[in-house]
Amino acid sequence: MGFFDKIKRAFTGEEPKEQVQTQEEERYDKGLEKSREGFGAKLNALFANFRSVDEDFFEELEETLIEADVGFDVAMKISEALREEVKLQNAKKQDDVSKVIVQKLVEIYEAEGQDENNALNYAAEGPTVMLFVGVNGVGKTTTIGKLAHRYQTEGKKVLMVAADTFRAGAIQQLVEWGKRVDVPVVAKPEKSDPASVVFDAVQKAKQEDYDIVLVDTAGRLQNKVNLMKELEKISRVITREIPDGPHEVLLALDATTGQNALIQAKQFQEVTQVTGIVLTKLDGTARGGIVLAIRNDLHIPVKLVGLGEKMDDLRDFNPEEFVYGLFKGLVTGEASTDADSEEVEVSQEAPVETDTADEVPETETEEAEVTAENKTAE
Amino acid sequence: MAFEGLTERLQNAIGKLRKKGKLTEADVKEVMREIRLALLEADVNFKVVKEFIKTVRERSIGAEVLESLTPAQQIVKIVDEELTKVMGEEATPLNKSPKIPTIIMMVGLQGAGKTTTAAKLANKLKTEENARPMLIAGDIYRPAAIDQLKILGQEIDVPVFALGTDVSPVEIVKQGLAQAKENHNDYVIIDTAGRLQIDETLMNELSDIKDLAQPNEILLTVDAMTGQSAVEVAEGFNGKLDVTGVVLTKLDGDTRGGAALSIRSVTGKPIKFMGQGEKITDLDVFHPDRMASRILGMGDMLSLIEKAQRDYDEEQALAMQEKMRENSFDFNDFLVQMEQVQNMGPMEDIIKMIPGMANNPALKNMNFDPKDLERVKAIIFSMTRQERENPDILNPSRRRRIAAGSGRPIQEVNRMIKQFNQMKDMMKKVSNGNFDGMDQMFGSGMTGKMAKMSMSRMVRKNKKIKQKRLNKLRKKRGRK
Repeated sequence: MGFFDKIKRAFTGEEPKEQVQTQEEERYDKGLEKSREGFGAKLNALFANFRSVDEDFFEELEETLIEADVGFDVAMKISEALREEVKLQNAKKQDDVSKVIVQKLVEIYEAEGQDENNALNYAAEGPTVMLFVGVNGVGKTTTIGKLAHRYQTEGKKVLMVAADTFRAGAIQQLVEWGKRVDVPVVAKPEKSDPASVVFDAVQKAKQEDYDIVLVDTAGRLQNKVNLMKELEKISRVITREIPDGPHEVLLALDATTGQNALIQAKQFQEVTQVTGIVLTKLDGTARGGIVLAIRNDLHIPVKLVGLGEKMDDLRDFNPEEFVYGLFKGLVTGEASTDADSEEVEVSQEAPVETDTADEVPETETEEAEVTAENKTAE
Repeated sequence: MAFEGLTERLQNAIGKLRKKGKLTEADVKEVMREIRLALLEADVNFKVVKEFIKTVRERSIGAEVLESLTPAQQIVKIVDEELTKVMGEEATPLNKSPKIPTIIMMVGLQGAGKTTTAAKLANKLKTEENARPMLIAGDIYRPAAIDQLKILGQEIDVPVFALGTDVSPVEIVKQGLAQAKENHNDYVIIDTAGRLQIDETLMNELSDIKDLAQPNEILLTVDAMTGQSAVEVAEGFNGKLDVTGVVLTKLDGDTRGGAALSIRSVTGKPIKFMGQGEKITDLDVFHPDRMASRILGMGDMLSLIEKAQRDYDEEQALAMQEKMRENSFDFNDFLVQMEQVQNMGPMEDIIKMIPGMANNPALKNMNFDPKDLERVKAIIFSMTRQERENPDILNPSRRRRIAAGSGRPIQEVNRMIKQFNQMKDMMKKVSNGNFDGMDQMFGSGMTGKMAKMSMSRMVRKNKKIKQKRLNKLRKKRGRK
């Protein structure tokens, strides 16, 4: 449990056994830089501003959590728990309180995450069918393109299915992705029945031994009953043709979405048994606190994260690294007041950050070229 | 709905206030907390909420509670007024250039709905103003974004200018504008690629387009479901481009749309349009006042208050109170009362206007038979004058006759008489200021609280009136 160890270390002041940052971690680190600034830094500022713990403090804390889009219920849950905890442990000083807060956050995240399968499911044999659902404009098509690219490079036989027959240009968008990543796309003319497209694709996948079938569906708002029924039908068609399918129903969620994300997840789950969440656009200023809320309320694991616009910017969701990334500012910030050994770590990190800041103008022109090529918006 | 509306929150918090004629600071603090949380639930940015609460608090402390409003309603009214103030009072029209073409530029994050909105807007201008708009496809990044605009353009029969994905957006806009001039198009709508407001390269590109095109209108397109980050997005785009207006999309979902308030309050820029559906015609002019109610989740409480004040005949109501006090409430009075309620409109509509009731799933499948009241009236009409004035004489024989006369089963007659008697009892208690047993009468939860609030108000009023009357009587007697 890397993450919890890190937290523990931050408080106990134990010397970290090794300080190896994997590439994966760095990516999260970079992608979540903005998110972290929003969250960890805010919490730190909060601690710095309050000498004593009173009602105002908790009000501020609630606000801070809510501002991270953690969700109202979760924020209340946390602050209620903390009120209790602070009373019980008689924590008055800033250090004590922040310790209690971190403990509690970790506890909540850990408790809610038990018995959840965070990995993508694959079929035991035959094609694995993944159905992508979500509201309009969250990035379903883009995610499928990225995922197809990933499986393609892994040497799998991938098929993409353009079942968004509604939105103008959606089929072309997927066909374009197909050209870019060199993956065949099953498509029918616009406005045809999406379930029939899916049926054809599943037949094709079975006959031609495809490994992975990625089904793109039209964006739909969760309160549109007819469209949700259509989704149910698509799901039913898949199950009829491949009894244990769809193996994954992935709900794409925009990380900038507020509390409505919870309602979205709830409604989509009712219709299609969502097995996982793809959190897209996490490279913006979105705080990603919604992950806590989703965990807490719905017990749907986040399986994939969109951390940028490049083709390989879709990553498996690693909760420990994500939470660590989110709370890093908090943990290290705490450490500087808490333990001497951590101070070393902080001072090591500080120059690294300024370095990257200096490099920005150079790398940006390079990046701009890459993004111009790979820019994938939707 | 997953979340309680502001009004319900307020009602829970307001219990303590109901006996007070004036709101004190301590009372207000508790209520402000509820407002704060309700706004946060609706995804209004927390800094915006803070400012907002400050204003409302200042106005609420010491505010004289109007005779006709309970403290809860009073605060809701203040909140609503302040909200409308922030949101703007009236719909803001599109900026227009004195010389054609009027240039409109769409900007925003990925997936906000720029392309769809651009086409909807073109369609709106075309059908409503007989305009001849042209669309410029400036999104060269997202695969098939140009195709999307072309298809939409075909659907609404509006020309789309595109140069493929190999030409820079600035160049596309330049040539597009030249062509628009040639064709004498009166509107040019530029669709741009979605981008993060922190992506400097792409933001500079927008800046370049702006410098070149000198648009009359830069519309920031924002997904109504956006959470707390709406403020950063709005500040980012506004800071760089000085947008002139906002389009709120996907409002046909069930989001509260607190982002609208956040954006409006940090940029001060008007929200001009809202996307309300997937059809090409689903773009409407934005009405700030309606959005205020939506954010609050209030239902149409203010209309209800107005309606009650307008339709409920003051004089008759007073006479009724008199009767109640004398305990001479009879079937004639019951009839009058029923007619007054009926005058306010169909029961469903009235109930829907009660906050918390409009979206109440329990009520969704409940049908109010408008004939129910008619049937009760029929029963009363079948009574003799004597029976109506003196309900106590209704023996089984009379009841049988009434049932036959009104064409209703005897059980229904019995039930109606029983209910009438209960009501009479209750009124007697209320006019004596005794509230015991009232709780069950109105069921539990929201309805109960609402009813109790209005009831206690009524009692207070009654007592006042009684006092006045007694004073008058005393004076009269004194003179005699």
